[in-house]
Amino acid sequence: MFDNLSEKLQRVFKNLRGEGKLSAENMESALREIRMALLEADVNFRVVKQLIENIKQKAMGEEVLAALSPSQQVVKIVHEELIKILGSHESKLRFANEPPSVFLIVGLQGSGKTTTTGKLARWLSRNGHRPMMVSVDVYRPAAREQLKVIARETGQPVYEGAAEEKQPMELARAARRESANSGRDVLLVDTAGRLHIDDQLMGELSELKEQLNPVEILFVADAMTGQDAVKSADEFHKRLGITGVILTKMDGDARGGGALSIRHVTGQPLKFVGVGEKFDALEPFHPDRAANRILGMGDILSFIEKAGEAIDQKQAVEMQRKLIENEFTLEDFRDQLRQIRKLGPLGSLLDMMPKVGMLKDLKDVKIDEKEIERVVAIIDSMTPRERDNHMIINGSRRRRIARGSGTSVQEVNQLLKQYAQARKMMKGLSGGFIGRKLGKMKMPAGFPFGNMPGM
Amino acid sequence: MIQTLFGTVEQEPSLLEKLKSGVQKTRAGLVSALEDALQGKKEINADLLDELESTLIASDMGVRTTEEILERIRQRVERHQLNDAAELKGLIREHLLEILQASERAPAHVAEPPAVILVVGVNGSGKTTTIGKLAARFKSEQRSVILCAADTFRAAAIEQLEIWGERTGSPVVRQSPGSDPSAVLFDAVSAARARKVDYVIVDTAGRLQTKENLMAELQKMARTAKKVIPEAPHEVLLVLDATTGQNGLEQARKFTETSGVTGIVLAKLDGTAKGGIVVAIARELDLPIRYVGVGEKVDDLLPFDAEKFIASLFEI
Ligand SMILES: Nc1nc2c(ncn2[C@@H]2O[C@H](COP(=O)(O)OP(=O)(O)OP(=O)(O)O)[C@@H](O)[C@H]2O)c(=O)[nH]1
Ligand SMILES: Nc1nc2c(ncn2[C@@H]2O[C@H](COP(=O)(O)OP(=O)(O)OP(=O)(O)O)[C@@H](O)[C@H]2O)c(=O)[nH]1
Ligand SMILES: [Mg+2]
Ligand SMILES: [Mg+2]
Repeated sequence: MFDNLSEKLQRVFKNLRGEGKLSAENMESALREIRMALLEADVNFRVVKQLIENIKQKAMGEEVLAALSPSQQVVKIVHEELIKILGSHESKLRFANEPPSVFLIVGLQGSGKTTTTGKLARWLSRNGHRPMMVSVDVYRPAAREQLKVIARETGQPVYEGAAEEKQPMELARAARRESANSGRDVLLVDTAGRLHIDDQLMGELSELKEQLNPVEILFVADAMTGQDAVKSADEFHKRLGITGVILTKMDGDARGGGALSIRHVTGQPLKFVGVGEKFDALEPFHPDRAANRILGMGDILSFIEKAGEAIDQKQAVEMQRKLIENEFTLEDFRDQLRQIRKLGPLGSLLDMMPKVGMLKDLKDVKIDEKEIERVVAIIDSMTPRERDNHMIINGSRRRRIARGSGTSVQEVNQLLKQYAQARKMMKGLSGGFIGRKLGKMKMPAGFPFGNMPGM
Repeated sequence: MIQTLFGTVEQEPSLLEKLKSGVQKTRAGLVSALEDALQGKKEINADLLDELESTLIASDMGVRTTEEILERIRQRVERHQLNDAAELKGLIREHLLEILQASERAPAHVAEPPAVILVVGVNGSGKTTTIGKLAARFKSEQRSVILCAADTFRAAAIEQLEIWGERTGSPVVRQSPGSDPSAVLFDAVSAARARKVDYVIVDTAGRLQTKENLMAELQKMARTAKKVIPEAPHEVLLVLDATTGQNGLEQARKFTETSGVTGIVLAKLDGTAKGGIVVAIARELDLPIRYVGVGEKVDDLLPFDAEKFIASLFEI
């Protein structure tokens, strides 16, 4: 259901190629698409408004670069603007001069606080700290029990407190004493989930803050949150002064536009992302990846960069022309395959692509470098005329090619069929030769370069 | 009157009343967004439509539904069927009502107990809490209930359900953490049938809809239920967090595809999120919304009422 922005923009810019400027006219429908994409990614509508304004300013009148198609160029601008808001890489945590450093973990109900507390304890202990956890969630059924189990599973200590103790403040104070006494340098305080409009419970957090003097107040937010994300984050920030955001459940296919919005309204850095229910599923936040995800694209810029090193630009432009004019021959096909091989292991390229939207299909696609080799061998065994016009390759030619390449007639047949299909698909596409979204071109199974860009 | 799996029962407090009496709010949780947009405006012009659009988008209803509503308004303005900004409210309400009512569906009738209700959804959406509230509701209708602790994965999930079992006086069928959810379900459904219990409510572990193996596990659970009772599960409820944005549609789609969702529960509607995504879900997937969750207490679950929901959406 998600269409990625770069594809939509390719449609918008179909008629603008390699010449002219981005103008008010051609940008209008592009901006509409961008706006739509951002809203569908749950970026807050107010943030969207401002982003669109910035993008417009930046794009207007820019020369269309020869190396990039207009759509790629616009995507690049959008991407840069998103990164500006998402901020820099910031997984650093602060620590107090005098241990234990208290971290308060706060957020709405069910956002992932308790799980994240366990993940942080594990992360801290692997980074040379001696954390301790405490749950001050005296409300939700089995909340404290949950943290106890997590402590067991992660092998990190928890201050349990007496079951009858029902005062969050008492539990926290006792845990801090215990941390200090047992030489723990960080105390992670897992708090109960609460609504930002629940005055009483928000007041409880303010008190905890006052008494415990935490160095970090981490707001745990669910990546699936929609337009309301800014309201809750803003309110938590106003009442407490949060120091960072942790975005959970990023292992699904939510675009996470709410995160961008939270960063925008609170100005506080995104420090980590949660990518699973297991306790090692915690990663530093990468603004570029987050921006790509919002746009529903892979790590296209890194990809363009990497591809740029391996691929001759002039040749690339020529290839693009051929693709569009449907002059793409088997020979060109082989050249492209060779270039792709120069890019190095395909696996690492695919890893740059987040598994969201339709890209999640990628995990089923096996890219077999041996098969690329075989295809190159088959094409090598053809005569120049055959490579130029695949239509003339009849039965006896196929047998000859199979023999020459050490493959079977079926394999030759399959390649020709796939090439014909690929050609047809490419005809339907427009835009740059690279940076086209992986995965969309549903190549037949077993097609070795099935989901390669530029194919 | 509201419909249950075994017939109809009396209606109770309204959503708005409940929402208003819920948590003590620092500011009016439900500001009248539409009212704000319409404030002092008479003429329907581009500015007003822009504001209206923002209001609808802010409810998480989605771009498509929003565009559809705006298009309808534009058409009527062009045909001079709509002149006054005040009439807009009625038009929007009518449109939303149409969508929500079109997907309304009575629950399957269960001739012979137990009725098996499978409760599914993404992580932390409110499944276990909803089950506690459902149990309380059924008990208040003089029905017997068994809870099934089939979330054998998450830390202390079983203990959490057991506390809800105590609160509502419902026995909980459980095994040890890590055991096969289908096995627990089999036990629970068999026990309910043997003891002629009215309802078995099955708590499942939260799972993101993209995890194929976990989705397959739900299918296995449904198959297991059928082994005991061919018609089971009689109801598959998808619990959706009201703060969910556009991903909610994907959730509903995937859970419906794999586990045959028959209805939605919209939890956490007591916050400031409007839960507008259920409009998109009703529209695109034709799924009824059964209940809304409006708090963490045992009686904070109300049957869904389209008119009241729309009213709470914009206070129209
Ligand atoms: N898939 C996935 N699930 C997560 C992630 N983080 C947390 N969860 C799950 O989300 C659900 C809620 O997590 P909790 O840690 O209990 O959330 P909480 O914020 O402590 O909840 P309350 O204390 O009830 O407010 C659980 O099922 C967790 O396993 C994540 O990064 N990915
Ligand atoms: N304010 C409010 N909180 C709710 C509501 N329903 C559930 N919650 C809270 O949301 C949090 C998560 O609820 P659970 O019932 O544990 O969610 P779950 O879907 O079972 O979570 P997992 O099993 O971990 O996937 C808890 O803190 C609940 O108290 C509601 O209607 N309103
Ligand atoms: Mg918790
Ligand atoms: Mg649960």
